[in-house]
Amino acid sequence: MRADHAYDHDESVPHTHPEPGVDPHPPLPQLDRAVRIGIGGPVGSGKTALVAALCRALAGELRLAVVTNDIYTTEDADFLKRAGVLDPSRIRAVETGCCPHTAIRDDISANLDAVEELEDALGPLDLVLVESGGDNLTATFSKGLVDQQIFVVDVAGGDKVPRKGGPGVTTADLLVINKTDLAPLVGADLAVMDRDARARRGTLPTIFQSIAQDPQASQVADWVRHVVAHAAGAHAHAHAGAH
Amino acid sequence: MHRTAYLLLADGRFPSGGHAHSSGLEAAVAAGRVTDLAGLEAFLHGRLSYAAPVTAAFTAATHLTAARMGRAPSATESDVKVPFLSLDRELEARTVSPALRLASRRQGRALLRAGRNTWPSELYGQLPKHPDGPHQPLALGVTTAAAGLSAEEAAQIAAYGVLTGPASAAVRLLGLDPYQVQNLLARMAGSCDEIAAAAAAVAHKSPQELPAHAAPLADISAELHATWEVRLFAS
Amino acid sequence: MRALARIVAEADGRGGTRLARLRGEPPLQLRHTPDGSATATVHLIGSAAGPLGGDDLRIEIEVGEGASLCVRSVAASIALPGRDGTPSRTTVTAVVAADGELRWLPEQLVAAAGCRHQATSTVELAGGARLLWREELICGRHDERPGDAVVSTSVDYDGAPLLRQSLTIGPGTPGWDGPAVLGGARATGSLLLVDPAAAPAPSAVLGATAVRMPLTGPATLVSATAPDAHVLRGYLDA
Repeated sequence: MRADHAYDHDESVPHTHPEPGVDPHPPLPQLDRAVRIGIGGPVGSGKTALVAALCRALAGELRLAVVTNDIYTTEDADFLKRAGVLDPSRIRAVETGCCPHTAIRDDISANLDAVEELEDALGPLDLVLVESGGDNLTATFSKGLVDQQIFVVDVAGGDKVPRKGGPGVTTADLLVINKTDLAPLVGADLAVMDRDARARRGTLPTIFQSIAQDPQASQVADWVRHVVAHAAGAHAHAHAGAH
Repeated sequence: MHRTAYLLLADGRFPSGGHAHSSGLEAAVAAGRVTDLAGLEAFLHGRLSYAAPVTAAFTAATHLTAARMGRAPSATESDVKVPFLSLDRELEARTVSPALRLASRRQGRALLRAGRNTWPSELYGQLPKHPDGPHQPLALGVTTAAAGLSAEEAAQIAAYGVLTGPASAAVRLLGLDPYQVQNLLARMAGSCDEIAAAAAAVAHKSPQELPAHAAPLADISAELHATWEVRLFAS
Repeated sequence: MRALARIVAEADGRGGTRLARLRGEPPLQLRHTPDGSATATVHLIGSAAGPLGGDDLRIEIEVGEGASLCVRSVAASIALPGRDGTPSRTTVTAVVAADGELRWLPEQLVAAAGCRHQATSTVELAGGARLLWREELICGRHDERPGDAVVSTSVDYDGAPLLRQSLTIGPGTPGWDGPAVLGGARATGSLLLVDPAAAPAPSAVLGATAVRMPLTGPATLVSATAPDAHVLRGYLDA
């Protein structure tokens, strides 16, 4: 960690976690396929960096693949490959025809096809991350596409964002408030953001993070592990019950 | 049949992946061939004269085969699978661009997914299997039959879709005035009806005899588009 | 004017090709132009401007097992209107047996002002047959708007459809020279290569308006538009 950071991520950044044993989510349906987690949020909030961090943290333990609705260049693919994050064969880009919200919410066919193509090409997977194209605060994923969704906002977008609400902030299974290292530079009050997020989200969890300080996005990675284990458990349970 | 089923299937909001396809308009815009409403009008006339007769005829012909099977449940699988395979091969031979073959099959796969969920039927399973999906006109032909529509309506939805896809893409890519674009579509309505009616009228012919109109730039620009590093539209 | 020309090429048993039949009638004259190779080359010699409205010209080609035939023409054909507006028609049918080869490389078809021309080609290839097939269409003579022309090509390989293409140009078809079809180009054409022995070449961009595309089957098609016949030939030379 760089010494010149005014904020010490671990001690002074407020965050909420799913309480052990207290799960605010309804159980996931029985899955014969990979768990799909949507990652949405406004342009520039750090969705792609979060995807890269999760791949870095989880690629060694989970069979995973990524569908991106963002504008994805060969440079992006090369970067991920060089960083040892993910092989390009595990990434599919989906064109959204300038309608990023439509592709993840109203007409999810291209994304479903991309997920299925990855599963066909790579064999069984544990986790598929679906990254939305950069949109605004109203974009959410269809339940027909993903099992759980993460909404990413950043402190540089202003500390009023959680108060503004919108379906992403209010209903996402996990809210990530990103780039906390920038808070002192942009005059964002993290305590205010935490208070507003709690007010908007009730028991749904919120994580404050800085990928600059924590390149593996450890807390979000833990949340994802929990979701995947939970789905696998539900799956095993359902199968056991069938016998 | 229900008129509302017809409207549902023709609606651009029907979730069959259409929003991600510009039918060559993105490439035409990038090449500077379409920059304004007049350019869009010329583009749409070309699509209507060249793409729509083929798409609509194959849609209506598939519909007739599917509807025949729907009326005669005793028909054996091969009664319907063989004509479907023939329609598939004939359309494949009319689609010389690999990028367009892929775009057609991907749109067909998306439509099949939506159709199966909206109007469940055994008919979908009779289409020839292909890893990228069935060609879009075949998927539309079966979906219209499953929805209880007529062959004329099937052709009309196909021709209408040929127009509205790129028109909607033009609004997004060029920021054209949406009222002017709707006015243009309304002015082309009569031509669209005629093309659809002509396609439905030949749908009973053997697949080999169905229209085979080719538009050189449709193939060429689809291939160029497929090489772009960044695309906003899938085709 | 109605005319029929017929070419039958057979393997001569010594590694070459002999013309078992070579028959034309005005305005379709044929000439065997031996070049010392294993391929028999025949030139179509236009004996009149045309086809003219009302003309019905047919060419029938058979290439036997192991034979190799190349058909060329000495000059472009110019489709011209007749007096009463009747359409003109050129019909080519070709059948190529296993291990046979046909190269159809005529000069351009020019659709002159006011013409109503239909060119229809039907090719049946047995499994193992080879084909090189060029079509070039020029929209009008110099500084001239073309009439209406339809160039239809249908190729079957081993009993299955390989290529079905019908290109219509001219004022009778809305949008024909617009951005979805020719984009104002005056010349367009294609070169089909069927070679079961070679893996089809992958897609390639040959120019701003020229591409090579693998078909579904043992074939590739080069398709191009160009400002004139000369530039077009650059893409389609064989």
